[in-house]
Amino acid sequence: MLTLQCPYCGVMAEETELHAGGEAHLKRFGPGSSDEDFETYMFMRENPKGVHFERWRHVNGCGKWFHAARCTATLEVFGTYSAQVSEPPQQIKDAITAKRPGWSWRNFA
Amino acid sequence: MKRYSAFAIAREAARYHTGWERAWASPQPKKKYDVIIVGAGGHGLATAYYLGKNFGITNVAVIEKGWLGGGNTGRNTTIIRSNYLQDPSAAIYEKARSLYETMSQDLNYNVMFSPRGLIMLAQTQHEVRGYLRTAHANALQGVATEFITPQQVKELVPIINLDGPRYPVLGGLLQKRGGTARHDAVAWGYARACSGMGMDIIQQCEVTGVRREGGRVVGVDTTKGSIDCDKLGIVVAGHSGVMAEKAGFRLPIESLALQALVSEPIKPCMDVVVMANTVHGYMSQSDKGEMVIGGGTDGFNNYTQRGSFHHIEETIRALIETFPMISRLKMLRQWGGIVDMTGDRSPILSKTPVEGIFVNCGWGTGGFKAIPGSGWAMAELMAKGHSPLADEFGLNRFAEGRFIDESVAAGVAH
Repeated sequence: MLTLQCPYCGVMAEETELHAGGEAHLKRFGPGSSDEDFETYMFMRENPKGVHFERWRHVNGCGKWFHAARCTATLEVFGTYSAQVSEPPQQIKDAITAKRPGWSWRNFA
Repeated sequence: MKRYSAFAIAREAARYHTGWERAWASPQPKKKYDVIIVGAGGHGLATAYYLGKNFGITNVAVIEKGWLGGGNTGRNTTIIRSNYLQDPSAAIYEKARSLYETMSQDLNYNVMFSPRGLIMLAQTQHEVRGYLRTAHANALQGVATEFITPQQVKELVPIINLDGPRYPVLGGLLQKRGGTARHDAVAWGYARACSGMGMDIIQQCEVTGVRREGGRVVGVDTTKGSIDCDKLGIVVAGHSGVMAEKAGFRLPIESLALQALVSEPIKPCMDVVVMANTVHGYMSQSDKGEMVIGGGTDGFNNYTQRGSFHHIEETIRALIETFPMISRLKMLRQWGGIVDMTGDRSPILSKTPVEGIFVNCGWGTGGFKAIPGSGWAMAELMAKGHSPLADEFGLNRFAEGRFIDESVAAGVAH
């Protein structure tokens, strides 16, 4: 079973304790934006086979939203971090680089 | 290609079965094809078959990374139905269902289509209203379904428990000509027919790149070398996003793991397919006697072809309440497939930003039932540039807000 450490309460939470919230770090577009920007925000997804950044909610625990860096090809977890950032912190990027040299995701690397 | 027939069996029996030929050839790729289809699953092979049969385009290669029918085509629960709410869905799924009726004769290959009947249980008042609405919509669409009472459900499915405390059966949406087919045979039958028309099915050949010149496709790079083409069809289900990236565009797709499992074989006890969407479970009995059970998808992106164990537990827990007699059954096998989910839970059959490249994906959790209709529409789209069955399923519908929303209509499971 997938386990992620909640960066807020510190609990190693099993998947049944969590709710998957989809792709992380989306740039939001609302009323007044172009159709293309809105479509990209609403529907277009990276969906990589490999390194991926996601939102999760510790729903049956402290209730907080957080971010996780995970590999979709192996289910390996590289780390979890605060929801209050718009880009993964350097230590998460370093942890990924250690295991997946040359990785990239959108404009992060 | 020698035809299969009773006479052929007698002929081969008389010479100790030495004369059977391989069902399909395994050639090395040629330098160039008119059309390359990536993905030798049901949808890809059906696309190639109808390109040849309906449009006379037979200079076609079907390229497969693994083995033929080894992805979701061999990993589903073989259910066939067309009781969808939205008109474009009903049209393409009913086309598919009707093609299944004559597929064995058409392909000269027994796909064991079994229109045994399919019931979607209504286990909440919300579902009762939803399925009544679907039954009315189906009547207008020319799809034969009817809403039946709990007593009629019990007559069709004697092993069902109507009075579960959490999920009482309040009725059901019955499609009498829904059912199942042998999933591998569908892929094998199409492959044999394609090979018979002179098409090349190239297995163990991974596409590593898509070559483009001036905004249009000119060929693909593969592990068996470069192959040129005029048109390219990407029909790779869960890996659609990976292929799209190679071709230089994005898709509104997320790939998730969906699981199924089968029990030990038991004597015949249920001769219809039963779907219980409220509890994310569906069940049918295979010809071997195994109870074939499908569950729900995991909530997170996953390319591993294995799902989370707790989903099995949830599915079985709910099904045991509805079918108490299965509580002592041992489960034999469990497997997962990577399903490609779109925002509105409807497929994408479309041109792409790259001229000459077409995609057929997004069938999500319910692609098997659609194989012949999908191939029929995709072939027309690739040959003529548009298709009445496919036009509503274009990529532009997301930007235009013109959704074909089956996620709300179908509840959950497809």
